[in-house]
Formats: sequence, structure tokens, C-alpha cells
Amino acid sequence: MSSHTPLLVLKDVHVEVEGKEVVAGVSLTINAGETHAIMGPNGSGKSSLSNALMGHPSYKITRGDVSLAGRSILAMSADERSRAGLFLAFQYPLAIPGVTVANFMRTALMAHRGKDADMSDFRKLFKAEMAALSIDEKFATRYVNDGFSGGEKKRIEILQLSMLQPKMAILDETDSGLDIDALKTVSQGINRFHNKSNGILLVTHYQRLLDYVKPDFVHVMMSGQFVKSGGAELALKLEDLGYDWVSEENGGKVTVK
Amino acid sequence: MAQEIDGQKHDLSRLNEDYASKYCFRDPVDYFKGAKGLDHEAVAMISKMKKEPVWMSDLRHEALDIFLSRPMPTWGNTELLKEIDFADIYYFMKSTDSTKGNWDDVPEYIKKTFDRLGIPDAEKNFLGGVSAQYESEVVYHSMKEDLTKQGIIFLDMDSGLKQYPEIVQKYFGSVIPSTDNKFAALNTSVWSGGSFIYVPPGVNVTVPLQAYFRINAENMGQFERTLIIADKGSRVHYIEGCTAPVYSTHSLHSAVVELVAMEGSYIRYTTIQNWARNIYNLVTKRATAHKNATVEWVDGNLGSRLTMKYPCIQLVGEGARGEILSVAFAGQDQHQDAGAKVIHAAPNTTSRITSKSISKDNGRASYRGMAKIHKNAVNSKISVECDALLIGEHARSDTYPTMEIDNDQVSVEHEARVSKVAEEQLFYLQSRGLTEDGARLLIVNGFMEPFTKELPLEYAVELNRLIQLEMEGSIG
Repeated sequence: MSSHTPLLVLKDVHVEVEGKEVVAGVSLTINAGETHAIMGPNGSGKSSLSNALMGHPSYKITRGDVSLAGRSILAMSADERSRAGLFLAFQYPLAIPGVTVANFMRTALMAHRGKDADMSDFRKLFKAEMAALSIDEKFATRYVNDGFSGGEKKRIEILQLSMLQPKMAILDETDSGLDIDALKTVSQGINRFHNKSNGILLVTHYQRLLDYVKPDFVHVMMSGQFVKSGGAELALKLEDLGYDWVSEENGGKVTVK
Repeated sequence: MAQEIDGQKHDLSRLNEDYASKYCFRDPVDYFKGAKGLDHEAVAMISKMKKEPVWMSDLRHEALDIFLSRPMPTWGNTELLKEIDFADIYYFMKSTDSTKGNWDDVPEYIKKTFDRLGIPDAEKNFLGGVSAQYESEVVYHSMKEDLTKQGIIFLDMDSGLKQYPEIVQKYFGSVIPSTDNKFAALNTSVWSGGSFIYVPPGVNVTVPLQAYFRINAENMGQFERTLIIADKGSRVHYIEGCTAPVYSTHSLHSAVVELVAMEGSYIRYTTIQNWARNIYNLVTKRATAHKNATVEWVDGNLGSRLTMKYPCIQLVGEGARGEILSVAFAGQDQHQDAGAKVIHAAPNTTSRITSKSISKDNGRASYRGMAKIHKNAVNSKISVECDALLIGEHARSDTYPTMEIDNDQVSVEHEARVSKVAEEQLFYLQSRGLTEDGARLLIVNGFMEPFTKELPLEYAVELNRLIQLEMEGSIG
């Protein structure tokens, strides 16, 4: 699978929110073609790490470095990181009242392609991607996430993923709030996106998404640190035994909050 | 930044590139100006130059006395109002001798102005009729033949008075008398230009009628007067778009607009104003809606130093409907004191007010509303929705709603919201590649969307472009 081209490299990354350290030094290398999963209980720092990687102004990386395709992204704003090929599917996508999904998608795609780019393929591409994710056409003219159900919001996130084709996609709790059919559709969307030149980082509490999107590596996060790494089998063990055994293995140094 | 409007793509980032050359210019023109200041002699001169009937002349002089005797308003922005120096204003200017009906006959320098505003092209593509006001006189006026055949009258107000004196005399001042307020009296005494529209019974004007107004001389007040009469069962949509060049000294714009909607008729009046930042925009707009008639004000206010404007609908016939949809953008050093007024004076009348405002930097937007339901107006409904968006720490928004309900068989709803552009929304959009400015603009355009979607395509594009310029702070 892997061509061993490092796409996303985290070196001893520390993250602070309002002066409090929530990620305490994590390192990780995701190569092109790889899917990694970060699993961990609530409050372990998974979502904070995701937000910090995307450049949320409230999540500050205070130490360490993050590079995307060989370039440090720490000095970049969120939009620069996006245009450099990073993507974050939000756990709680925001509503933008008055802005249609079609307008939003066109604007985002244009931001990526540059304002002089040819956009004549937009409509066709947009329709095809919507159809692939079983999103009703009427969503094109609905306002972004305004009154959408949890499942609808997540589909729209994956629609954005497939339209923008980032190098590196971070999917934050994309499985939460999905029924089984929606989970399948969303997983198909993720698998369709994935190829040997891009990377995926799944951030999830539960392993059920991993039944459909197979990770190459699983990292267990607790108290802002990676406490265990392994293959896909680690996720199954977590599903069976919960997180307590990992905590015990670490001599109680890290605890489940 | 591209916007998708009515299924078409508009690249707004490019549309505004020529803004400065299009809008921020003045023509080196010699004008007949009269003298600064206002007295009976000046009014007599205006009336004489216009060769008006005696009744109109009398009306002007009466109105002048009312204007002079009334104090300045004690509400709104009294500090800014104090700065108006009535003695330092030209009340009448004339830049051409007569109104032209043919584009070829319009003087070259004025053509250039309108070419820069894109009017002839717009007309070719879209418009039913154009009435373009340049200074105090309407210089260009045209109407498609089919409208004329249907008996629709669409003239500048001066020509309307000459050609249809009996209609004008009957309705002029019938909705807004001189005694209504100081600025309505001022307008009545010195009015010039504006539009006059009459739609015969049962006629449906399928294309919007529109006028462009410009002020293009320093220290000049523009006092246009518009009167629209929709006869029984007719329908009409009138649009006025306003742009003004940038000036260093203060100018005054004080218009009066009267609408008469007869039984079963429909009038929509759409305005987008983009005044230069030094203009005082003090306008009185009112409509009377008779039995089962519908009146809609769609009112967008950008620019100006101070705008005070509260479109009003008097629902005087049973089953009459009124809707006032407005948006105001107050940027640096601007105060938009805008709102709406509905008077329910008959049973089963309904009204809806939707007011959206955006304040940026130290800009201030106020909603000032009045809803009155008279005792006899049983089974009436009012719904008021005020939505304010603040951008930056110093932006200000105020709401001054007044309700006077004189019977209990009514339904009244009032909702007011103030919101800020949320950091989380900006982050979400930025994570999709939009710059912070681009993200903020998209949120603002979304906020305005309930208003924008009511506009014809060209106006929606124009409005989005103006908002973009305001957001970038590149106007003024």
C-alpha cells in the first residue's frame, strides 16, 4: 500500500487551549497511501489535536513541528493549510445561513484552484459527487448545514472531501451520529477518496467506522499522548476490552478522564 | 469570489475592479445652479423655470412656510442632523434643457456618465424602461412600446405634471402631505424630477420599471418626487438604484415617494441606495393600500453619512397586505437609522416587516419601527423580525420598536436578534480554503440572502459587489 512518502509528519507536538496543555507531545508519520486511526476516550485530546493541525486559532501548537508533504505548516493560517492540501471533516460542522451548499462548494473549489481557474466543470462534478454520496439534489440549494440532521451534515463533509481532493484528510468523529446506512454511505465515500497518493487520519471514539474503513495503523491516545500503537487488530481489542487495560498497561500513568 | 445567483455564475472579484472609475468621479460640467439657500424667491424661481400651474406653485410656497416653521427632528441622530447647513445648499440645478426620449440626443458627457453606469446595456438586456435622473432634471427617458400601448404612464415627474395635471393634482401630496414632517415639506417646496407612474385597471406590467439617480455636484440637494398609482387590479414593480460620486462636503438628499395601490392591485418598490459617505439621506416613503391590495417595499441602504428612512404602509382597505423588507449596512462613521411603519386601519389586514442590518467598524445601524393596529382592524396580523449582525468590537446596533394595538382580535409577533460573525464559522470556512476576508464576506452575503433573493439578478450582483467593497473598506 504505502509508497513511504511522508505526507503528514508530527514531531513532539504540544497543543494548548486557553493556556492549558491538552496534547502533550505526540509524534506520528503518515505516508502517502496510508490510513491511520487515533482512538481514545472522551477528553483524551483527539479533537484538540485535529483542530490544532487544521489551524484553529484557539488551539495553539506550542512546541514541536507539523509538516505536510515536506513543508512545515505551523506558520500557515487555516485557509493556507487547506490550500496546501490539508482537510478536516468536522465533528460538528457549522451552519452558514443564507449560503447554499452549491455556492459554498463553488467558492471553496475556486479558492483552491485560484480565481482565474476554469470552473466550467463544476456543475457536472458537483452533481456526480452528490449522487455518489446519495445526497438528494435539493441539498444543492439548501443553506450549508442549516437544519441538517447529524447524518446529513456528515455526508456534506464527505462531499467536500471528495470535491476538494486534499492530500491529507483528517476525519474527526465522522461516524458519530450516523445510523448504519449513513455509516456505510459515508465509509464508501471515504474509501472512494482514498488512493495511494493521499493519506487519511481517522479520529474516533468507537471502532465501528473501522469495520468499513480499514486502518493500517491504530494509535491510542490518552491524556494528550499516544500510549499504544498497533495495526487494525488493536482497534478490535479496544472494542472488546475498552480503554482501561491500556491505562493499566501504562502503570496507571495515564488515566481515563 | 464567485456567487451563484439564479443559477448563473458571477465573478464578483472582477466586477468591482473598475469601481473607482465607474462611480468615484465627477464630470466637469457647467450647471445652471440658481443661488444657495432657500426662500420664497428661490421657490418662485423654480416654479417659474418649470412653467408650472398655479396650484403647484402655491403648494410649494405653503410647504416652504411649513418647512421653515418646523423644528428639526428631536429623535434619530440629532447630532448629525445639526450639521446640516440649509443656507449652504443649492436647491435647484439644471444640466440640460429638456428631457430626451432618444439616447442619441443625450449630450455626450452625460452619455459617458451613464455608459460608465452601464445603463443602455442594461436596458437592452433587461429593462422595460429607463428613467435616468442627472442632477435635477431627467435627461433620458425611454419606454418600450408595448408598455405605452397598454396605457402605462412612466414619465419623469415634471413631464407627468405637464401631461397629466389632473391625475397629479388628485394624488400629489395625498399620501404624504407637506404637514407630515419637516423634510417632506422641504421636498414639496423644491422638488424636481422623480418618477410618475400610472398603471391602468387590470394591467400587469410584467417587466420592472426602473430609474437611476445620481447626484453629481457639490452642496447640492436632490429632492426628487415620485408618485406611483396602481389602478384596480393592476400590478407593477418599480426599481430605483442609486449611486453617487464621492465628495468632500456634505450633500443632502431628501426625496418623497408616494404609492397609491387601489383595490386588488399590487405594487413592489425596490430601492438600492449607495450614497457617497458624506450624504445626508432623509427620505419619506409611504404607501396607501386599499381593499385587497398589496404593497411591498424592498429597501437596501448603503453609504451616506446619515440615513433616516422608514418606509410606511397604510392598510386602509379590508384584506390589504403590506410587506417591508430592508437591509442596511453601516460602515465606518456611518449611521443607518432605518426601519418601517405599518398602520392597520381596516379588518383582516396583514403586514410583515423584515429588517436586517450589518454594522462594521464604528458603524451604527438602528431599527426604528412603528406598528399600529386601529380599533376597527380586527383579525389583523403583524409580524416583525429584526436581525442585526455586528462585525468588530465597536460596531453598534439599536432597536426601537413601537407597537400600538387598539384591539385584542389580532396576532402580533416580534422577534429581534443580534449576532456576531462567529470565530467558529470563520474557521470552518477557512478550513475549506477561503481567506478570512472571503469567509467573512460569504457569511455577510448569506446573512443578506433573504433580501438579495428578492432582487432582480443585476441588482443582486450589484448589491453583493457593493457589500464586498464595504467589507474591504475600499469605499470612501
